[in-house]
Amino acid sequence: MKILVAVKRVIDYNAKVRVKADNSDVDLNNTKMAINPFCEIAVEEAIRLKEAGSADEVIVVSVGPKACQEQIRTALALGADRGIQIETDDIPESLNVAKLLAQVVKNEEPGLVLLGKQAIDSDNNQTGQMLSALLGMPQATFASELTLKDGKVQVAREIDGGSQTLSLSLPAVITADLRLNEPRYASLPNIMKAKRKPLTVTTPETLGVELKTHSTLIKVTPPVERSAGILVNSVDELVEKLKNQANVI
Amino acid sequence: MSTYTPPVKDASFVLDQLVGLDQLCETLQLDEVNTELATVIIEEAGKLASDVLAPLNRVGDEKGATVADGQVQETAGFADAYQQFVENGWATLTGPEAFGGQNLPNVIGTAVNELWHSSNMSFALCPMLSQGAVEALIAHGSDELKAQYLPPLISGEWTGTMNLTEPNAGSDLAAVAAKATPAGDHYKINGQKIFITWGDHQMTSNIVHLVLARLPDAPAGVKGISLFIVPKYLLDDQGQPAELNDVSCISLEHKMGIHGSPTCVMSFGDNDGAIGYLVGEENKGLSYMFTMMNHARQAVGLQGLSISERAYQQALEYSQERTQGSRKDGSKIAIIEHPDVRRMLMAMKAGNEAMRALAYRAAADIDHAHQGDPAAHARVDLYTPIVKGWMTELAQELTSLNIQVLGGMGFIEETGAAQHYRDARILPIYEGTTGIQAFDLIGRKTVYDKGAALKALHADINDTLTQLSASYSPQLALLQSKLKTALTHATAAGEWILENSASTPHTLGNVSFDNLMMMGYLTGGWLLAQSALLASQLTTQDNPYGDAFLQGKIATACFYAEYFLPRVSQHADTVLTGLSSTFALTTEQMQGA
Repeated sequence: MKILVAVKRVIDYNAKVRVKADNSDVDLNNTKMAINPFCEIAVEEAIRLKEAGSADEVIVVSVGPKACQEQIRTALALGADRGIQIETDDIPESLNVAKLLAQVVKNEEPGLVLLGKQAIDSDNNQTGQMLSALLGMPQATFASELTLKDGKVQVAREIDGGSQTLSLSLPAVITADLRLNEPRYASLPNIMKAKRKPLTVTTPETLGVELKTHSTLIKVTPPVERSAGILVNSVDELVEKLKNQANVI
Repeated sequence: MSTYTPPVKDASFVLDQLVGLDQLCETLQLDEVNTELATVIIEEAGKLASDVLAPLNRVGDEKGATVADGQVQETAGFADAYQQFVENGWATLTGPEAFGGQNLPNVIGTAVNELWHSSNMSFALCPMLSQGAVEALIAHGSDELKAQYLPPLISGEWTGTMNLTEPNAGSDLAAVAAKATPAGDHYKINGQKIFITWGDHQMTSNIVHLVLARLPDAPAGVKGISLFIVPKYLLDDQGQPAELNDVSCISLEHKMGIHGSPTCVMSFGDNDGAIGYLVGEENKGLSYMFTMMNHARQAVGLQGLSISERAYQQALEYSQERTQGSRKDGSKIAIIEHPDVRRMLMAMKAGNEAMRALAYRAAADIDHAHQGDPAAHARVDLYTPIVKGWMTELAQELTSLNIQVLGGMGFIEETGAAQHYRDARILPIYEGTTGIQAFDLIGRKTVYDKGAALKALHADINDTLTQLSASYSPQLALLQSKLKTALTHATAAGEWILENSASTPHTLGNVSFDNLMMMGYLTGGWLLAQSALLASQLTTQDNPYGDAFLQGKIATACFYAEYFLPRVSQHADTVLTGLSSTFALTTEQMQGA
């Protein structure tokens, strides 16, 4: 069985996010970039399934400019087998990404498609769901546990107030939540091997997908800086301020 | 607790621009290795360093190793971290392919080792010592010994130690007294060794001790010392560790720093003699040690950079959080805005970048020298005492500045600033003291070749001066002027040394330290001036670094030129006096007579 994993290049979770001076977007110039942490969890899960003998090949796909090959290489260094970059000028919005991925899924025919539940830059939480709908495949989002059994996949999902367990027939689309696993560190031999693993580049045209714009980014502003606090003299004063100034109680 | 962020960008800049890694890899015929791969390797190693090793640094300081019944128990958590280190293949980085290594250049190994030592120097000493054992075996071991011991040492499955020092044989190894008695196909080793780093632990299934000892009929002095392999556990027919050898750790030293690194008193042959195997030929042990010396000494010099980088990161973070004083509008001023704090931070940053440039260049010259390049060989010999001597001395100043930036909080143990300072203090001592490095530089590396290697370095610095002169940038003009003054003084001091080396028996020794420090500050300033030149050329091209970084390289070089380069002239002035009053007093007069 093949497993296809989608990874997104995002600003590193440790990096400080700066907004461009004209508020047109986040300033990514010379900012450290990394695999979206949820995508990394999806990659780890795919590699574990392969190591357990449940899969034969792990394919990593990313959409974006050439720079996203770095993240594909990182996934290859973690143990994925080959990579596909879908070359676009910018990172397109979720529906476009889902359409591109759907075409790759049709070409590659994987038994399982793994994604991160959302990307930490735009926080949309859409691509996995859209992909499943486009492909007509069953979906399980926010996965915290995944077991392959008798041609089915059993998934524990994180839901409000607990966990829900689903059984899906394959092929299926699953999006990874934080507790699914703890990703490994890349090993030196795998980093060396990653350079030799195949990475093919394709385009939306080749895949027959026309990119469309459904939304426009108008403005990005940084969060308001926290102003200095005040010292209150008594509990009564605190309660009074919470009631009448902060209006929270 | 202080965190650690690997300086990936500066490492990548130095490898790409200053070392010319892509060109080096072509020379070494490593097709797939280049700066891009090296940067990925540094990034990935950096994750293990900052996430796993750095948090254990403090643990090791507070709860060092313990010993009971001849066995050392290392700090809790170190064994798991070591397991991860080995499983991820980091021990194999520079080892030869034939024995399971990744065969990467020494300079990439150096860049990665910087991270291990920054994150946890006590821990990183263990693989560092293994690397020494690996080098000794590769260079001098028989095929049989190589086949038995190299693969597990290179994978990290076993660790290695170097057993040289004895109670009466420290800097003077000619005094080694441990005995080796032939016994069929092996030898019986008897004696005591002290200051044995990671001499024992429970992290691996075996430990391979390399031991210097004397044969019964050996000539006295340096020409009568042989090198032996003494495994902690003797190997069975399948090459697996089996019976415990007659080796034990009889005590651990209580030290001012590197508490996480067990410093052992090792006893060989308490019962019927430890079984050892000769490495290479009889009576050549000490000369074998010298073949590994450049690498081992550079490795310790690198620790000076590593610990100073960690200290800088802590000072930089604290100085942005700590506020003292207010502006007119009532807002608080972070201490990083105060000029004297800024001076200290810049001194640390500039010093670190100079050290990184020197450490990587010297490491790359070892790669060039292995290709049989005689100029590179001479340069390695000249650089090595500077890397070891100057970098570890500068680390004393820079780790002390971290404490100064943190003020009272730095003097308190809880912040960890004191640990970096205490840990750094061993660096100018082990693997040849600063005094030994200084004498090596002035004697064997300067006077002995009549200043040939020194003049070649001066000529290279002159080339950089010429390139700087061609620029109209005021910053590069400043660098040119300061570096030129420094070179003029250093050249005069160098000539004085060559002319007066034999004037009194003490002349070279008297001025050796100032010569060492002079050469360090000069070489560091030269390499930062080169960095500034390369950075200014890059600003007009498409580059991966960005303007802020490149401008930072130039400005940092300028700070170094203003702050550290004048020290070249100062040390040169001292050299020119011959420090003739060093022996003006009798010992009695020194006691106040």
